[in-house]
Amino acid sequence: MCGIAGVIHRDGTADIGAELTAMLQSMKHRGPDSTGYAVYGPADDLVVIRFVLAEPNKSTGFGMEERLERNRAEVESRLAKIGAEVATVTSDTGYAFRATIRYGGDLKALADYLEDVPGCEVLSLGSSLEIIKDLGDAQTVSGQYNLGSFQGTHGIGHVRMATESEVDLASAHPYWAYPFADVAVVHNGQLTNYHQWRRRLEQHGHRFQSECDSEIIAVYLAEYMARGLSLETAMKHSLDDLDGVFTYVCVTGNELGIAKDEMAAKPLVLFESDPLVAVATEEVAIRAVVKREVETRDPYEREVLVWQV
Amino acid sequence: MPGSGSRSGVSYDARGLVEPHAEMPDNIEVDGHRGRFDAADLTIRQINMALRQLIYNDGITDVTVLNPSSKHSLAVGILKRCRIHFEGSPGWFACGLIDGPEVTINGRVGWSVAENMMSGVVTIERGAGSLTGAAIRGGDLIVKGDAGARTGIDQKGGTIIVTGDVGINTGFMMQRGRQIICGNAGMNLGDSMYDGSIYVAGKVRSLGVDCVPGEWDDADTELIERKFRIHGLGDPPEFQKFVCGKQLHNYDALEPSERKLVIH
Repeated sequence: MCGIAGVIHRDGTADIGAELTAMLQSMKHRGPDSTGYAVYGPADDLVVIRFVLAEPNKSTGFGMEERLERNRAEVESRLAKIGAEVATVTSDTGYAFRATIRYGGDLKALADYLEDVPGCEVLSLGSSLEIIKDLGDAQTVSGQYNLGSFQGTHGIGHVRMATESEVDLASAHPYWAYPFADVAVVHNGQLTNYHQWRRRLEQHGHRFQSECDSEIIAVYLAEYMARGLSLETAMKHSLDDLDGVFTYVCVTGNELGIAKDEMAAKPLVLFESDPLVAVATEEVAIRAVVKREVETRDPYEREVLVWQV
Repeated sequence: MPGSGSRSGVSYDARGLVEPHAEMPDNIEVDGHRGRFDAADLTIRQINMALRQLIYNDGITDVTVLNPSSKHSLAVGILKRCRIHFEGSPGWFACGLIDGPEVTINGRVGWSVAENMMSGVVTIERGAGSLTGAAIRGGDLIVKGDAGARTGIDQKGGTIIVTGDVGINTGFMMQRGRQIICGNAGMNLGDSMYDGSIYVAGKVRSLGVDCVPGEWDDADTELIERKFRIHGLGDPPEFQKFVCGKQLHNYDALEPSERKLVIH
């Protein structure tokens, strides 16, 4: 049992950090273990990298501070070696970092080179995507990363109740579709043909950060989009290719889409207006951003919907 | 107070019990046999405490709850004849396990509305989520809009009326009662149903295992006309009837206690 949420503002930027926090906090009962965000700020010519150098619950201890500093310096050194011009590197926690760089090269090569640094895991890469995830509820994570002031057009979030894996960052959503820029997914459900798809995608050269079935969806969709399919078409294909019960939300640089499996076993409620679309596992999360009686509905089985900024 | 607070004011004790120290709200207005309060800033436990206080202790027979704000588990387990009106949309599990109340909801409801209802009437002016009327034993549940997947799953009695469409697996393992669907039905209608009748006015995407078209008789016409008249739903459309084919299992028409008498 987890909770997922998404918002997209079709008429410009808004306080999506605060909105998603309110939505996710209202669904804390669905998952208090970790909270994650994939948010899209205004795109510019810089590439944004979110990465961590240690799991939060393993980020302290003897010599850890020096090790984190050494590894951070190594990341910056590698960025320079691969031809990236570093604009900024900041950290809110000591183990999670945000870097902006000028870089026109291969993102996969960049991600792989950075992840070769001990403890380094690239959470997201892109021109506007930023994935932030940590342990605790939405208010805790939002406060930690100062998300209350994040302005953007769209984003998704996830509250996790750890049922089949550890309480850690590797198992926390959202998942970036490594190595495709600006694609991320949150998911509520279980995929029963996870290993089959993991093997297939690994044969295409992809690697996975986690053992979580949700990561498959992100890479699967990005792989299809890289072959020229639209997000909507890729999501429709996924309904046939992925087995299990699932509802997921996928975001790209300018789109937000939802898909429900043919059993409609996992909940999702949708509010749609001209300027704003909000989706969430429970309607109480929609009330957190739309504070009046509005028309909402549950998407039906095998329903795929995509909205653009 | 132990545990962590949140923006909604909900707290938990060391065992994870929610709101161990909830206080009775102080915004209840009473006028004769009517009571009314605004639930916008109240927690789930406070709302249910207020409902129980009014209905069980104060002799109020007609309660209006303003702004339920999609909060879950409201008006659950009310076992007394009374009227409850929600002005707005409750969340999941609204009116579960009730026996007697007449509830009107001027809004939409989330999953599992009226689950295990024994008797009474629940009328929803807009749509409902999945598992609408799951396992109801009696009473009437009216959804004036669409309902989600698995509507009336495990239904054991009573009547569910949906003026719009219903989703996949509606009537799954239905055992008794009636479902009257004025719109379309999703895949696997009546899958593995044991008994009961499902009436559908629109298209059926597919029938589930052992669900077959049924023979229409005067009792069906009488039932539908009566239910539409009682609930002010206008003239009924034309329906197709679906029943259990009784090929999946070996059934008889006896209650378990009756079967015991025959066997022994």
